[in-house]
Amino acid sequence: MTTVTDDSHHDDHHEHHIPTGIKRWLYTTNHKDIGTLYLWFAFIMFLTGGAMAMVIRAELFQPGLQIVDPNFFNQMTTVHGLVMVFGAVMPAFTGLANWLVPMMIGAPDMALPRMNNWSFWILPFAFLILLSSLFMEGGGPAFGWTFYAPLSTTYSNDGTALFVFAVHIMGASSIMGAINVIVTIVNMRAPGMTYMKMPLFVWTWLITAFLLIAVMPVLAGAVTMVLTDKFFGTSFFDAAGGGDPVMFQHIFWFFGHPEVYIMILPAFGIISAIVPTFARKRLFGYASMVYATASIALLSFIVWAHHMFTTGMPVGAELFFMFATMLISVPTGVKVFNWVATMWRGSMTFEVPMLFALAFIVLFTIGGLSGLMLAITPVDFQYHDTYFVVAHFHYVLVTGAIFSIMAAVYYWLPKWTGKMFHIGLAKWHFWCSLVSVNVLFFPMHFVGLAGMPRRIPDYALQFADFNKWISIGGFAFGLSQLIFLALLIKACKKQGEPVSGQVWEGAEGLEWEIPSPAPYHSFETPPEVK
Amino acid sequence: MKKILSKAESVLAVLLANPVFAESEKHIDQYKLNMTEGVTDISAKVYDLHMLMFWICVVIGAGVFIAMFISMYFHRKSRGYKPATFHESVKVEIAWTVIPFIILIAMAVPAANLLFDMEDASEPDLTVLVTGSQWKWHYKYMDNDVEFFSKMATQAEQIDGKFAKNENYLLEVDRALVIPTGKKVRFLITSDDVIHAWWVPDFAVKQDANPGFINDAWAKVEQPGVYRGQCAELCGKDHGFMPVVVVAKEPAEYDKWIAEQQAIQQKAKEEEQRLLAMNMTMDEAMALGEKVYNANCAACHMPNGEGLPGVFPALKGSQIALEDQPKHIDVLVNGVTGTAMQAYAKQLSMSDLAAVVTYERNAWGNNTGDLVQAKDINAAINGK
Ligand code: HEM
Ligand SMILES: [Cu+2]
Repeated sequence: MTTVTDDSHHDDHHEHHIPTGIKRWLYTTNHKDIGTLYLWFAFIMFLTGGAMAMVIRAELFQPGLQIVDPNFFNQMTTVHGLVMVFGAVMPAFTGLANWLVPMMIGAPDMALPRMNNWSFWILPFAFLILLSSLFMEGGGPAFGWTFYAPLSTTYSNDGTALFVFAVHIMGASSIMGAINVIVTIVNMRAPGMTYMKMPLFVWTWLITAFLLIAVMPVLAGAVTMVLTDKFFGTSFFDAAGGGDPVMFQHIFWFFGHPEVYIMILPAFGIISAIVPTFARKRLFGYASMVYATASIALLSFIVWAHHMFTTGMPVGAELFFMFATMLISVPTGVKVFNWVATMWRGSMTFEVPMLFALAFIVLFTIGGLSGLMLAITPVDFQYHDTYFVVAHFHYVLVTGAIFSIMAAVYYWLPKWTGKMFHIGLAKWHFWCSLVSVNVLFFPMHFVGLAGMPRRIPDYALQFADFNKWISIGGFAFGLSQLIFLALLIKACKKQGEPVSGQVWEGAEGLEWEIPSPAPYHSFETPPEVK
Repeated sequence: MKKILSKAESVLAVLLANPVFAESEKHIDQYKLNMTEGVTDISAKVYDLHMLMFWICVVIGAGVFIAMFISMYFHRKSRGYKPATFHESVKVEIAWTVIPFIILIAMAVPAANLLFDMEDASEPDLTVLVTGSQWKWHYKYMDNDVEFFSKMATQAEQIDGKFAKNENYLLEVDRALVIPTGKKVRFLITSDDVIHAWWVPDFAVKQDANPGFINDAWAKVEQPGVYRGQCAELCGKDHGFMPVVVVAKEPAEYDKWIAEQQAIQQKAKEEEQRLLAMNMTMDEAMALGEKVYNANCAACHMPNGEGLPGVFPALKGSQIALEDQPKHIDVLVNGVTGTAMQAYAKQLSMSDLAAVVTYERNAWGNNTGDLVQAKDINAAINGK
């Protein structure tokens, strides 16, 4: 399919100029270095947010208050959500985009390398600010990651200013990352790499980047209004001054719903890369995958109020948002069907990335189906703000987004390091995660349906037994991630069997045509795609 | 399955020496898996729709997973299966776009019909105004002169694990909302501070309580009984401790109850006037004040008066509690706008207010020796 010019000579030449030590990482404009930074940052945030989840589950292990007070409990749920969404999932996808997009389209680097450096390096400060607020007087944000006004305005503590500032920085970082992805994909494709030849990961990221640019400013607007309502006497969300607290939710979810697709579209791209490789068969329905992604992205702008069915909207609005939300499950279904059809009559093997991808397909589908149930307004009155919703979004985000990120890391890690990862550890990681994640999240459906509200530090006795299981699953899932940590450390020390350029027998695409490890500068001369 | 689970669990319970397990086995359905069918026509319909959706999802999921597992089992390289080369089929792709679409329409029609029924709160027999505030509910019967607050009744000692937890742990209140059976009761729902949500699963009613706006919902309960729910929208520190309890009584009993309440509330108002003329001793005021403080103030300012630094101010050693008595009364009576401090004039009687001010000025080493009387509060409220 392609011809690659040998550029190893250039690499040797450039290798001499790489600064060493901390300076290499601080000053780097190399897409691979920045990708690595993003991925490690995301992993550290994943462990940090995970530690908070352990606090939450320890408190909920049995009825009564044992470990933390309710105010700190609320800080834990809030910061856990913020760290996982903005610190773990989104930076991990950006890291993957940095590593992979240039290699997949035959470009030498990202289009705007200095901005790339900047967009990464402001992130640690954002989270430093957010996390340090936990240690200040009054504590960190305690109003949920959705920061509904007036709980986040009139009734919050002064640390809210830090939260607002941190979110602004995260938003700026995301927008810069998104601009970079778009400019790279639009301008730097190798000759012959037409849009409809791009790997789906590139397509899904292109669409994700447009979503980011569309909605991150809306989030910035929302936090700014919270800031001025709290500190400067405006009344955007205060009825006493002519504002409306429900308007906050409209603005937040206008950002929030596309945001959840920002966290899943790149995952669709990853799964669409992995399944064909290990089924040894071309992706079924490439074009319909592209169209499905685009329609999901468009529809994601007109479903936001399905998070707000109990706010007292007019019936007409409730009907509209119910129908639109139901509609979105059609293109989502198409994706799942296409993956299954790709496997159908393939020649499958089950290497670790494929194990994660298969788990993704099954468990994400469960999350999608519970989403369909949630879309039905009259029934959502019962589901809303219970553990059923918590189960839904953890199925799509943990066994969806996070599993896809792990699948991606296992799939491309040998390309990055040139060595096969420790397969034994990886299999342990997979099976421990798979079992524990279901012990953790599946019973949440039951306690939710039985009536347990979310975001409570203590619960009635009838929920006690399932909660104990959920906590045990939670601790086990948390511990399983330490296996992943061990594996990653080994991989970064370049331990393991050397691998070929193609790595996986069925792998296709430009990134597999360069040697492993991928040279520091790849595709300095663009390959020709036929 | 249930058996295996509970067996594995008893092993674990021993291992972890977890006392909850043994206790909760008595009377509580530990493995309640599903949504309640509830006690209204609407809640039963909601349950049916939920089950319909559930089975449709199970069928779709099963179809996808079976196809996937078949191919994982048969179409694997280790069985020597050679890959096919097809990678698109317009017919199949149209089919699996159109068929789900039709299934969706089949779901949407009953859902829309039920939604219209639920949202039709017109022509009620009775209206109750439900107002949430941090962290209690207030009920006001619009057709009678009756109103009261409803607060969680579970003792702090049960939450802290000092006392055994009883059956309705966290789901019990000092005064429940009482409604008649067989009547359409409309709930007008609003809030005094942050957003709360009033939820009774057995009625399939969950409505947000938005400050400055009024939502409505309704229920027609057929069976007498006690129905329990909780606040469903994160509303701050004690969000988990804000239960809803509704008692449904036969109309005759309800009429008796409401008449009684009306008489009691009438008498309380007269009593209040009488008490204005009376003076409490320091001991009486401190005893009453402590009770009132723990029920109303301790959630934020903490039982030891130290508050939560940066969130809720301390009263112990505070300038207002030590020196500025008029300001102290003003804060309590009128609240502080723009903060979580509520106006207690409409929540507590004047003697309660007097006692709690006295308590705050003399507890935890505040020792001002100030004794405030109901008439001082009356002067502050009515300017007399
Ligand atoms: C078939 C597709 C989906 C449908 C129909 C759907 C539907 C819904 C609905 C109706 C809710 C609101 C439930 C409530 O609060 O009562 C919800 C919540 C949520 N969904 Fe989905 N969803 C889908 C897929 C996804 C995906 C792919 C993600 C993310 C990767 C996601 C993430 C979330 C999150 C984070 C929440 C809860 C937010 C919160 O309240 O904190 N959903 N979903
Ligand atoms: Cu949504």
